Amino acid sequence: MSRSPHATAILLVFIAALFGAPLLLPEFYVTLLNYIGLYAIVALGLVLLTGVGGMTSFGQAAFVGLGAYTSAYLTTVHGVSPWLTLPAGLLVTGIVALSLGLITLRLSGHFLPLGTIAWGMALYYLFGNLAALGGHTGISGIPPLQFFELELKSGREFYYLIWAVLLLIILATRNLLDSREGRAIRALKGGSLMAEAMGVNTPRLKIVIFTLAALYASMSGWLYAHLQRFVNPTPFSLTQGIEYLFMAVVGGVAHVWGAILGAGLITVLKQWLQDWLPTLLGRSGNFEMIVFGLLMIFVLHRARDGVWPIIQRLVPQRERRGRSVEALALPRRPLPAAGSVVLEVKDASKRFGGVVANDRMSFRVRAGEVMALIGPNGAGKSTMFDGISGVDPLTSGAVSFRGERIESLPARDIARRGMSRTFQHVRLLPGMSVIENVAIGTHLRGSKSFVAAACRTDRAEEARLLQEAALQIERCGLAEQMYELAGSLPLGKQRLVEIARALAADPCLLLLDEPAAGLRYLEKQALAELLRRLRAEGIAILLVEHDMDFVMGLADRVVVMEFGQKLAAGLPEEIQRNPAVVEAYLGGVE
Amino acid sequence: MDLQIALLLGQDGITNGAIYALLALALVLVFAVTRVIFIPQGEFVAFGALTLAGLQAGRLPGTIWLLLALGSMIALIEGSLALRTRQFRRLPMILLVNCGVPLMLAGVLFALSPASLPLPLQVLLALMLVVPLGPMIYRLAYQPIAEASVLALLIVSVAVHVTLIGIGLFFFGAEGSRTLPFTDMSFEVGDALLQGQTVLVVVASLVLIVALYFFFERTIYGKALRATAMNRTGARLMGISGTLAGMLSFTLAAAIGAFSGILISPITTIYYDSGFLIGLKGFVGAIIGGLASYPVAAAGAVLVGLLESFSSFWASAFKEVIVFTAIIPVLIWRSWKTRHVEEE
Repeated sequence: MSRSPHATAILLVFIAALFGAPLLLPEFYVTLLNYIGLYAIVALGLVLLTGVGGMTSFGQAAFVGLGAYTSAYLTTVHGVSPWLTLPAGLLVTGIVALSLGLITLRLSGHFLPLGTIAWGMALYYLFGNLAALGGHTGISGIPPLQFFELELKSGREFYYLIWAVLLLIILATRNLLDSREGRAIRALKGGSLMAEAMGVNTPRLKIVIFTLAALYASMSGWLYAHLQRFVNPTPFSLTQGIEYLFMAVVGGVAHVWGAILGAGLITVLKQWLQDWLPTLLGRSGNFEMIVFGLLMIFVLHRARDGVWPIIQRLVPQRERRGRSVEALALPRRPLPAAGSVVLEVKDASKRFGGVVANDRMSFRVRAGEVMALIGPNGAGKSTMFDGISGVDPLTSGAVSFRGERIESLPARDIARRGMSRTFQHVRLLPGMSVIENVAIGTHLRGSKSFVAAACRTDRAEEARLLQEAALQIERCGLAEQMYELAGSLPLGKQRLVEIARALAADPCLLLLDEPAAGLRYLEKQALAELLRRLRAEGIAILLVEHDMDFVMGLADRVVVMEFGQKLAAGLPEEIQRNPAVVEAYLGGVE
Repeated sequence: MDLQIALLLGQDGITNGAIYALLALALVLVFAVTRVIFIPQGEFVAFGALTLAGLQAGRLPGTIWLLLALGSMIALIEGSLALRTRQFRRLPMILLVNCGVPLMLAGVLFALSPASLPLPLQVLLALMLVVPLGPMIYRLAYQPIAEASVLALLIVSVAVHVTLIGIGLFFFGAEGSRTLPFTDMSFEVGDALLQGQTVLVVVASLVLIVALYFFFERTIYGKALRATAMNRTGARLMGISGTLAGMLSFTLAAAIGAFSGILISPITTIYYDSGFLIGLKGFVGAIIGGLASYPVAAAGAVLVGLLESFSSFWASAFKEVIVFTAIIPVLIWRSWKTRHVEEE
């Protein structure tokens, strides 16, 4: 993610303004900025969780509370140094978030937010009722933070700490999202099935970002406790948790900077509304929530991406072009000897309730051959692909891949063994560039993880992965479109992107589901040429395709399916003459 | 704990549980039909109770202003749509339904003195003031983004919830209210005293549940809702409008919510924000049913009621903590049962 000179200039002005603010502004505004910073840290976690990961939480305030209360309790009761209570708070929050994540994240999407409401309430009542935590009166007399001799007693001094932490977390989050794991995280929203087929462990990623968001919240809580030097349960209630989500959504839930913007907008608006509404309505109460609620409904109806993208459009963006540095090529997987059996499917059946989509299918695919699976629509070809690749496991039967039984493995483990596939209904991430989409295919060829990505020590590996992705894109004839958004390509080209992504995984078996659909004649020829070259390299290819000229000119062997069963198998010429096949395709003569 | 206390707690638990069960049913219904997780369900409980309390105290309930405001907004939206598409013949109907009916209700409120009406009429009036808010809120907040993700709809739900809480505070104030009991009868069962109102709550809940069963099994609208819940696209192809199904399910949910509020307000003091906690406990019940099964959701809700009343005896400070953490074992159990990666 490189930025235009304009954007860099704006960022520098912003940081300079941040630095100068406490020197120039009166106390009131410094306090306001402190709170905006604290809220933005929490909202940033929600950006990661909701905008990027497609999950959500109303319970972030409770995690803020965990951080704040851990530090408050340890410093006041046990006299522990605040610098030690930070890791302690993070640890407590991490353990709670991890266990809650393990419980809920495997369930369908709406159980998580409902769960967060429930434990948001539970933790709030727990803070208020535990005598050790001071009950509803809370804990006071929390010591200030101390840098050697300097005590951070005033809001002005604390300001620098809050904003330094916020900017650091923003930087780390941006780095993380622009990395191998980051691409996988961005695939969670709307592409988890595809990501699994590319070897991504999506449940693990979900738990990681849920925990990360909770840790951000806990960090904010620690800062809050030592800024206020007093904690009580009120700021950790569900209402505050809901407000955090509003901040993220109003600011721009898919954008890192949206967190600051949203925290700023909501905090200032709240301040302003709390001054004016009681006078306007003639009584006191939290009436600003009426306005916030209506504002949220409006945002979700009219500008679901929040305010940040609207601002972003005002600044000209520059796209990155061209390959940066020449990186070391990635190591290739040793391919099985040409002619050896790579895939063996035996008596594979798949039932959906009473419908038998695959009925005792058996066939083999050898290294260095193109095998075509053909048949009329609804014959069960794509179901067969889903069964082989583990995307939707078989009901019964055996699948051996390179001599190993795989029918009960999850898709990601099958991908790890060297099988890669494309999808009939294209599964790209439309908001990401072509090269980023293809780079998801390289997921299993890298190993650098979250911490390395956040600290940018993954750059050498990242360059190798991107170079590999670029190589496969060029191979599929898409060099021109490398930096365009995948969603902006015509369908035929999107299918080629799918092939490039599958190739980026360095497979020894490639499953292609209707790769030629939507391609023009010349593009089809180029595709056939590419597949011939892959075959010559020793890759096994299993192909589902309706274009008979394409199939018959390319395939070494053909299996014909009808009504879930194998109708015929043999060489292309034999199949073309087979009366049963002719009847299945053209109908019999009455 | 002796038997008498146990009976008392059990009675309390089952009464609350019956209310939670009604709410759980409404939540499952709304979720199945519209994919909306109906967080504002609880606000209908509070609005129902407080509107009735207002009527009985001779105050003009603020709900009427909300009804007028939402009605006018819908009339404005629908009206301008009809004008743009040149369907002038729809205009009188739009105005009548959305502005006429609320105005008529306002007229009734001003003309009669509701405080002197008999109780059944007061209840009817309160329901007529609160229930139309359900479909109106659906039309304004949910229907424009009916196809959005469950997540977006959930965030809208939370937004509607906080808006209604704020409006509730404005209309009804911070102090709580109780309504007059429906009956003063009480029965002696062994050593314990059984309140007539308590029996009424349980019986009314059961009657309502049976009525819902017949609605879904026997009427064409009930069947349409079930069809939509099973397969939205399929139902639409069969001519069942998604908007109609949404409005209908919200009407039912609002009616169930308001009626629950009216049922319990003689037993418990209801504040403007009490509904949320009551609704959430219905949720815990509904989650036990996996947001899908009606009988399991109802049973789960009764369990929540019992858990609540018994934990208020043993550890009253941690009552809410216990009720809300009860969701965790349920989630663990459901998590074990789920196997595959889902695509949203």
